[in-house]
Amino acid sequence: MSRPMTIAEKILAAHAGTDEVRPGQLVDVQVDMALGNDITAPISIEIFREAGAKKVFDREKIALVADHFTPNKDIKSAEQVRTLREFSDEHAIKHFYEGGQVGVEHCLLPEKGIVLPGDVVIGADSHTCTYGALGAFATGAGSTDLAAAMITGRTWFKVPESIKIVYKGELQPWVCGKDLILYTIGDIGVDGALYMAMEFTGPVIESLPMSDRFTMSNMAIEAGGKAGLVNPDSTTEQYVSARASRSYQVYHSDENAEYARVVEYDCSKIEPQIAFPHLPENTVGISEVATVELDQVVIGSCTNGRIEDLAIAAAILKGRKIAEELRLIVLPATPAIWTEALDKGFLKTFIEAGAVIGPPTCGPCLGGHMGVLAKGERALSTTNRNFVGRMGHPESEVYLASPAIAAASAVLGRIGSPEELS
Amino acid sequence: MKIRGNVWKFGENIDTDAIIPARYLNTSDPKELARHCMEDADKDFPDKVRPGDILVAGKNFGCGSSREHAPIALKAAGVGCVIAPSFARIFYRNAFNMGLPIFECAEAPEEIEEGHEVEVDADSGTIIDLTTGREMKAQPIPPFMQELIADGGLIAHILKKSGDEQ
Repeated sequence: MSRPMTIAEKILAAHAGTDEVRPGQLVDVQVDMALGNDITAPISIEIFREAGAKKVFDREKIALVADHFTPNKDIKSAEQVRTLREFSDEHAIKHFYEGGQVGVEHCLLPEKGIVLPGDVVIGADSHTCTYGALGAFATGAGSTDLAAAMITGRTWFKVPESIKIVYKGELQPWVCGKDLILYTIGDIGVDGALYMAMEFTGPVIESLPMSDRFTMSNMAIEAGGKAGLVNPDSTTEQYVSARASRSYQVYHSDENAEYARVVEYDCSKIEPQIAFPHLPENTVGISEVATVELDQVVIGSCTNGRIEDLAIAAAILKGRKIAEELRLIVLPATPAIWTEALDKGFLKTFIEAGAVIGPPTCGPCLGGHMGVLAKGERALSTTNRNFVGRMGHPESEVYLASPAIAAASAVLGRIGSPEELS
Repeated sequence: MKIRGNVWKFGENIDTDAIIPARYLNTSDPKELARHCMEDADKDFPDKVRPGDILVAGKNFGCGSSREHAPIALKAAGVGCVIAPSFARIFYRNAFNMGLPIFECAEAPEEIEEGHEVEVDADSGTIIDLTTGREMKAQPIPPFMQELIADGGLIAHILKKSGDEQ
């Protein structure tokens, strides 16, 4: 009988071909999916070639998603995407996406069943931790680590300690996964889970739909986390069973597994959260926010660009107009989400409210394109980072919040709650 | 190996967007990245940094995006090493993979001032502030990371390993 383990430890042990692992131990693990994008993968491809590698370890276990500067914003970006395309052609990479097929990677891969529970996923993108919501061990890495994984199908990890976060109580109106994760980062800090696997548990998590779970796992990195996991349940099973085209193994933490720290929150005391510039940990409850006027609101991204996010925003914006001189940019995160938002009339609602609808792209989240901020401008965004210069000029400001707060704020022209709308 | 240079100081939680803003990531050319290194934290940095200069920063250096362009930019700008109480994990891994020396030292931000001359003995982890004579010790580099360095980086390491197995 092996020692009681957390879900993270069990997945790593299985992929290292051993019965048990302990925090601090170095393991060499098999990778189920290796991911890169149009910014990070070109470096990996160059390293791959310089290493003299002739073929990838498995053409079906690599995903190359051109989502950051796409539709290609300039010549250099187009060259980077061409590097991905040529490499994908050369190696018959099964999961290469661009143009009308592309979506924001961390929404696209789960949606297509490309990442599954129990997987080990490394991605040259820090928000790879999103797939923890499926019960996968998924973590961000650099381009060199991706190149090594593309060659060998393996990677190394130091088994992380786990931090268990238990969410209890009744959610207040308008509070969603985004608020819970912002509150958590505000509490433990941007390095509160450094090197650790976060495990989101408790009755509130069990009641959350997949979309909110993805949002929470997505931002584990904003607390320094190596991964952000949710133990799979019937909600996970329902989401995955319709999408998976390969077998997968479900793991759960043992009841007596060891945690470096256990944190418990009474969610009935958590109100909608706003992260002020310039760190995601600078969170305050909506009731404490004084007048913060806005130039731009962005709804989208790997954090909150899913259909459930757009549905909340559309319900709030239905029959309303956004404030004068404010720009609302809505980016459905994948082609499937775009189509569903079209079919359900959400896009019409957004346009009638005065919004601009964009293609699936990471674009404005990283100050890339399609919504870059000028000097002194202020944006509220459903994205994940509000660092200096993140969405444009170094003297612009980014506030992070949920889709509900974003939609209401777009109408009000300042940061506010749906409760304030007549 | 000894690294010796003048110190530039930065605060806590320096993110990779500050090290190299995403607006420049339509290229991975080290020279071009170096021209914008740290500019959102200090816009004059690319002009004033000299080869071998040392960055001393607060905790959680390199948080945020996984872009390997961050250590590439620092290295290409001539930065000899970075000293901080802690590093964000992806940056930590990337720095070793890219060959940018980094050292964890809790007291460095308090003890070392901007403009001081500092010498780091990479093998022993001894950090000396030559301006004050103050000596500090960095956290030892974990054995596996030392093995990676000795092999010449991660790619050389995996190639060597696959060679050994055949």
